[in-house]
Amino acid sequence: MDFLNAIVALANYVLIPATAYGAQLALGALGVTLIYGILRFSNFAHGDTMAFGTMVTILFTWWFQSMGLHFGPLPTALLALPFGIAVTAVLLLGTDRLVFRFYRKKKSDPVILTIVSLGVMFIYNGLVRFVIGVGDQQFLDGERFVISARGFKDATGLDEALALKTTQVLTVVVAVLVVGALFWFLNRTRTGKSMRAFSDNEDLALLSGINPDKVVAVTWIIVAGLVTVAGVLYGLDKSFKPFTYFQLLLPIFAAAIVGGLGNPLGAIAGGFVIAFSEVTITYAWKKVVTYILPDSLAPDGLVQLLTTDYKFAVSFVILIIVLLFRPTGIFKGQSA
Amino acid sequence: MKTSMRTPLLFVAVAALFILEGSTNWWIFSGSWTAALGILNMALLSAIMALGVNMQWGYAGLFNTGIMGFAALGGLATVLVGTQPTAGAFPWELGADGLPQGGWRILMGLAFGALTIAAAIFAQRRLPKGRMRGLSTLAIIVVGFFVYRWIFDGGVELVEKINPATSGNIGGLGLPIIVSWPVGGLFAAAAAWVIGKTALGLRSDYLAIATLGIAEIIIAVLKNEDWLARGVKNIIGLPRPVAYEVNLQADPAFVERAANWGLDPATASTIWVKLSYSVLFAAVLIVVMVGAQLALNSPWGRMMRAIRDNETAAEAMGKNVTRRHLHIFIIGSAVCGIAGAMATTMDGVLNPGAYQPLRYTFLIWVMVIVGGSGNNWGAVLGGFLIWWLWNAVEPLGIWLSNILTVGLPDGNWFKTSMQDAAAHFRLFTMGIILLVVLRFSPRGLIPEK
Repeated sequence: MDFLNAIVALANYVLIPATAYGAQLALGALGVTLIYGILRFSNFAHGDTMAFGTMVTILFTWWFQSMGLHFGPLPTALLALPFGIAVTAVLLLGTDRLVFRFYRKKKSDPVILTIVSLGVMFIYNGLVRFVIGVGDQQFLDGERFVISARGFKDATGLDEALALKTTQVLTVVVAVLVVGALFWFLNRTRTGKSMRAFSDNEDLALLSGINPDKVVAVTWIIVAGLVTVAGVLYGLDKSFKPFTYFQLLLPIFAAAIVGGLGNPLGAIAGGFVIAFSEVTITYAWKKVVTYILPDSLAPDGLVQLLTTDYKFAVSFVILIIVLLFRPTGIFKGQSA
Repeated sequence: MKTSMRTPLLFVAVAALFILEGSTNWWIFSGSWTAALGILNMALLSAIMALGVNMQWGYAGLFNTGIMGFAALGGLATVLVGTQPTAGAFPWELGADGLPQGGWRILMGLAFGALTIAAAIFAQRRLPKGRMRGLSTLAIIVVGFFVYRWIFDGGVELVEKINPATSGNIGGLGLPIIVSWPVGGLFAAAAAWVIGKTALGLRSDYLAIATLGIAEIIIAVLKNEDWLARGVKNIIGLPRPVAYEVNLQADPAFVERAANWGLDPATASTIWVKLSYSVLFAAVLIVVMVGAQLALNSPWGRMMRAIRDNETAAEAMGKNVTRRHLHIFIIGSAVCGIAGAMATTMDGVLNPGAYQPLRYTFLIWVMVIVGGSGNNWGAVLGGFLIWWLWNAVEPLGIWLSNILTVGLPDGNWFKTSMQDAAAHFRLFTMGIILLVVLRFSPRGLIPEK
């Protein structure tokens, strides 16, 4: 019985939250990795793009809610998501046309493009503050739980409760669908294949008649989709605050680099590596340990390796370890 | 325009902005000398930081996005050097378990932690390659971590119990606060050494991500380690290197002199204090500037630029690129640390929550790029100009929104939203400026020769 309790506690506090967080990071890291693979620079505006996409979706959600439009037990934000993606895609394509294209045609050094993305970051950040302000925004509605803590206790008779939030299930389901669609697109369609060719060897791709402008445009549209979905799922699961999204830049980049920059499969693996290490290292293990060990060995402290405030330190340390021992990431990325 | 005239003219133009700021309240200027001096002091600090970043980026092409962290380490130095020691934080008696207590135990824990990392690195380097090496390194780290926590946590517990409402931290050395400026530089240099050792020699954006991360971690440490500098409870009332306003106002000689100038004692004392800071900061800026110019024009500076422009060629000439990069990274970060210590000294408060990456890291980048990367005069000019602009953007936004909404009644939705939006105008404008300069004048206002 105690063993079961331990497993339930572990699932409730570590496995489920980390899986959801990992899926969100993986979607964010996929965006970073695609931009890196095709446009060949590290986009510092990624976190703020995420905030922008989420903001647009929130605005549409509020509008739908005010019209009395709901999505049954699911959050209304899902209905608003396509509109959020569309507006974000327009923004990204516009930015590319006005800002990034110039440096791409000039074949500027990647680090210059990264600095340019700092300017874009400032502008997006200002834009989000203009429209929605800096405060916390809640936009979750619909059914809150798939399995509620009380219902689980009543059904199983265990001491430990297990709660499964709708947003957590939703995150995983949506992430699987999106990633599936992305891989199908990259591996099966003509445009997807030309994107991979462009990423592997730009010169050969150009030589074989691939239109670079189309590849770049499609990349930005896909990135808009990934980034908005990631941001909305994160916002539904936790809450939306522009500065938190800016800070997500670090775990997202860590995930992309750990997996191997430029490698989509690596980005997904990296997302989960980062999420699971963050949650396990900052979780207070007292409860689980008390169930497993005999009473005489029960710990006094919280058995917490680091407080949750140091979660960035975890992604950072993993990043450093990977950089030291395997600079190309777990899966081989493009970076040397 | 001849290029030789360009630099002095630009500096005169920026100086005119500051003089207008103090003397007239026409258009967007505040017309208050106190405000103008306040902006000038931060501009001086920004110029020093911009010089530090320019060494890294302009001389060597290193992309450091952790300026905020180095500045915060400087801020920490002011507390550890300038504040009075906390009574009882470093007790001489041994504890019940035979170990030293309080601050000593914390130091012991930190030393043990450093030793663990060193042992792990040693094991990784010296043991023969294979599964045994990985396992023993892991064992050293895991065992070391738990022993470290045991030693360290015991010390923290005692220190945080001392008078938690007012102190609860290890306190400082009680030295003059100016001493903390070079110490802040040393702290930043030490952090830069650790980052440089790991992330230099890899691709340039990896350094950017690594420094971005370390800056967040430094802020997290300052916020959470209450024994160090009281965390988010903030340290207030740091000692000052200059006079206090109240003392000046109580001094009859000062009041009389102020009256001769036609100023009331309150304004005169504020201006006097700010002016004292300006003189101190300007002195540091001049020292750093002279050093930077001498270094840039020395054989060492030529070597750095040669490495920046063509690493492969420089390496072929026998230059150790990674080592040179490490040096310049440490020096530039130390300069940022010094400026950070100076900023906290002027505020008189260490508030870890006030460190924002957009303000402390990316704004400095705008200064360097706009001023002219690779040119020290450019970095200084960028520091002054962009900091003035950062402050002027808000009144500018209000002015602009007043023009756009002229004739509309009060309470009109467009007017209200425009007035609210003026406050968020800053980041937007900085982004536009950065992009415009990068596009149309990528070498900045004062380009490198």
